Amino acid sequence: MKKLIIAALCLAMIAMTALASADAIKIGGSGPLTGPAADYGISVKNGAEIAVEEINAKAGETVIELNFQDDEHDPEKAINAFNDVLDWGAQMIAGTVTTSPCIAVGAQAFEDRVFMLTPSASSVDVIADKDNVYQVCFTDPAQGAASADYISGHKLATKVAVIYNNADAYSTGIYQTFEGAAAEKGLELVYIGTFTDDTTDFSVQVTGAKEAGAELVFLPIYYTPASMILQQAKNMDYAPIFFGVDGLDGILSIEGFDTSLAEGVMLLTPFSADATDDLTVNFVKTYTEKFGTVPSQFAADAYDTVYALYNASVKAGITAETKAEEACDKLIAAFQELEMTGLTGTMTWDSTGAVTKTPTAVIIKDGAYVGADVQ
Amino acid sequence: MTLFLSYLINGISLGSVYAIIALGYTMVYGIAKMLNFAHGDVIMVGAYVSFCAIQYLNLPPWVSVILAMILCTALGVIIEGLAYKPLRQAPSLAVLITAIGMSYLLQNSALLIWGANPKSFPSVVNIGNISLLDGRLLITGVTIVTILANIVIMVALTLFTGRTKMGKAMRAVSEDKGAAELMGINVNTTISVTFAIGSALAAVAGVLLCSAYPTLMPTTGSMPGIKAFTAAVFGGIGSIPGAMIGGILLGIIEILGKAYISTELGDAFVFAVLIIVLLFRPSGLFGKNVREKV
Repeated sequence: MKKLIIAALCLAMIAMTALASADAIKIGGSGPLTGPAADYGISVKNGAEIAVEEINAKAGETVIELNFQDDEHDPEKAINAFNDVLDWGAQMIAGTVTTSPCIAVGAQAFEDRVFMLTPSASSVDVIADKDNVYQVCFTDPAQGAASADYISGHKLATKVAVIYNNADAYSTGIYQTFEGAAAEKGLELVYIGTFTDDTTDFSVQVTGAKEAGAELVFLPIYYTPASMILQQAKNMDYAPIFFGVDGLDGILSIEGFDTSLAEGVMLLTPFSADATDDLTVNFVKTYTEKFGTVPSQFAADAYDTVYALYNASVKAGITAETKAEEACDKLIAAFQELEMTGLTGTMTWDSTGAVTKTPTAVIIKDGAYVGADVQ
Repeated sequence: MTLFLSYLINGISLGSVYAIIALGYTMVYGIAKMLNFAHGDVIMVGAYVSFCAIQYLNLPPWVSVILAMILCTALGVIIEGLAYKPLRQAPSLAVLITAIGMSYLLQNSALLIWGANPKSFPSVVNIGNISLLDGRLLITGVTIVTILANIVIMVALTLFTGRTKMGKAMRAVSEDKGAAELMGINVNTTISVTFAIGSALAAVAGVLLCSAYPTLMPTTGSMPGIKAFTAAVFGGIGSIPGAMIGGILLGIIEILGKAYISTELGDAFVFAVLIIVLLFRPSGLFGKNVREKV
């Protein structure tokens, strides 16, 4: 019996080695697949997998491979995941998904000279002072400024309240640029409420916004606290426009969440699943068939991330044999000239690693994301 | 002025949740003379049981509450029997550390069973809000139910410990275990019953906590548990009315502190209260000042 098990294990190992194709470019990554930010990581993993399958199907053989690990939105675990995928043979990193782990992994990748392209970690600190870390999503300042632009441009409100997490780099970063841009655009900030990670009671902040007469509440925060703010606003019969950024994406997938609470919530995102271009339609169709849900912008960002890495690799002549360090320099050069139209728009990159593309807004209607400019 | 009143009402809402958790804490402490730090996590289990009953078995909310109470009672008795009973003669520090270990065991078991993804708890309270002063002041249905539940539990516990045979046995055990045993009281059974009642109360507290603040995670019970412990100390640990008053006052202090001083420092106010109480009135508002023999 024991021998049989050993034989089976050996066979399994041989089979696994056989599966790893010798000619494929290896992409590693990590994101929260469990924990309070899990929706982001799962979306990224799913979106990236679709891109990998598509590229391999088009090529007729395995030309890229993805190894995506769980980091639980924890910097330490993300570093472990990073080392794991390098041991596996990753030549470049698609990730990480959330900001704090990405800052930690980015510093390590800068030292180890491994090219990183994050689909969604949006803080400026992610790319700052690192020539080999690039972003597919907007940086936080861009999100804050674009939100203020959108709110004043579409005359959504003049009296605005902000509730943000000042223990979080993502949230604080967006708030700071929003504050500056709002003043320029003539938006009046009537109430600023802060909270920290463990907060579950938002009654003070919601009361503050309500009493200040805010017509719009800007929420540059993640979806878990946002779901509680929406509940408490409803308890207080307070119904302003809630406006968020990419952190709110995923709110509809919280288990047990009453989606009617999010009715009318707007969020700024570069991707809306009901766009009618072929690329989006096909992606949404494949994703929905495969995973049973409509893809969020995180999935779209991840899809674009894999394509950008693949296109740049082809351009730079990277093969399965290229060492990660060599690939890093080649990719940095290739990204300066890369122009790519993906699900999240037409993207170009500058040497800081920041992306340029146009944001759009979506609104939640009957429990689904709908393009706000479409109606 | 209305702003102050609405903060006050928010404070009472939050405080009523602390109070209901503190009642369970104080009950167990008053009788078994041990701090059951796993109490907050029994709350979390109760909330998960109720969530699963509503979400997956489509049971009506009140059935889910009863189911949660039954399962938590069983859980409480099992925890007591497995972890605390063998330590009956051990120093209180050993029991305290066991309780902390039990708290981690429960949290991590919940992590295994239900995963770390937060769930949004559907409110089990279906009565509407009461609005005062043309809608400028709102009292939510959950708050009303929580306060009523507090009063009912407080009165029931007071009657139970004062009037029934088991209740009298509990008081006897709380005063002097050895003497109670000599009088023919089964100390082990009495403490088990205390845990059973404390855990059933935890289930109710869990459901009400999550109805008011709907995010349910394996760590949901820990922070409210610690704050409720503070509330119990504030009110005088071991005192049943003290737990309720302490809880409500603590909620008001937290909300007013957040509203008028700083929203980030909400938790700090709560623990500052704990330090001040321990410095100036260690027996709490309603506690008896009992000299411990060293």
